[in-house]
Amino acid sequence: MRSAAYPDSEVRDWIALLKPRVMSLVVFSGMIGLLVAPGHLHPVLAFTAVLCIAIAAGACGAINMWYDRDIDAVMRRTRERPIPAGRIEPGAALGYGITLAVGSVIVMGLAVNHTAAGVLALSIGFYVFVYTMWLKRRTPQNIVIGGAAGAFPPVIGWAAVTGSVDLIPVILFAIIFIWTPPHFWSLALFANEDYRRAGVPMLPVVAGGKETRRQIVIYTLLLVPLTLVPWFLGFSGTVYAVAAAVLGVGFLVSVWRVAHDRQDETGVSLTNDAPARAAFKYSIAYLFILFAALAIDRSIG
Amino acid sequence: MANPPSMSDEEAAAFRRRQKGRNIAMFAVLAGLAALFFAITIVKMTHH
Repeated sequence: MRSAAYPDSEVRDWIALLKPRVMSLVVFSGMIGLLVAPGHLHPVLAFTAVLCIAIAAGACGAINMWYDRDIDAVMRRTRERPIPAGRIEPGAALGYGITLAVGSVIVMGLAVNHTAAGVLALSIGFYVFVYTMWLKRRTPQNIVIGGAAGAFPPVIGWAAVTGSVDLIPVILFAIIFIWTPPHFWSLALFANEDYRRAGVPMLPVVAGGKETRRQIVIYTLLLVPLTLVPWFLGFSGTVYAVAAAVLGVGFLVSVWRVAHDRQDETGVSLTNDAPARAAFKYSIAYLFILFAALAIDRSIG
Repeated sequence: MANPPSMSDEEAAAFRRRQKGRNIAMFAVLAGLAALFFAITIVKMTHH
């Protein structure tokens, strides 16, 4: 039992504020940026760069949970988070987030380089101000914008090694950017009821299931050729090209099933959104394996 | 130590347990940061 007068937290509540599951994809894509960039970075500094990316992403998660505490409280998926559950005070979470955000940028700037620190600061500002505060609750294209925030890590990793931003990290940015809508809208399809209740204008809420499924297919059709660009440019070899092509066909099949899910005339799934659940899972594995293939290709090529 | 006001003995014990956990985590984070900054300093001094 907790006394209501004392908001009291466990260590795991402070870890939960950092959204560790989101962080894992961010850390991974940041490491890929570091690995595929030409040049060398001392392992201690490379570790520091990845740590700063991870902490900054966690800080964004904490600030996001502070800002979204009202909608988190009404969504089944999020109402047990530390702030809506009353274990951490909102102001404490905000202070925690700001401290980690500022700290990660300063350490990146002092230990690694100013370009990486600058892009890191830009990505935090974009996520917090443009996505969370401005667009998330205003437009059904919110996820497209949020995808831009999540697409920064490979650029930051690349900048940590080279001190600059080139065409290749921008392409990796674009891949994550285009990947995010089909990934997240698959989730939004089966979490539709939650978002509707919270009043978040997710695409299935405002445009319906049919339109969402159509958009998922369009973005995936754009994504697959885009993933082959590093090969066209001669940045990677056939290992990556084959992996990208095979994974891409798999993703297309997966979203094709989403589009042809049995549904009623309003676009609500009659299969409990089984294809959308499968596509969501596939999309995560897709990005992990695609980027791992790029790193492996670069290391053997 | 006296219990904080409006807490029973069990509540106070649970409170102290969580507080101890947070203290240990804080120590680990600070010790880790000190080690990291030391390592960064050494690398920067020897490679530049």
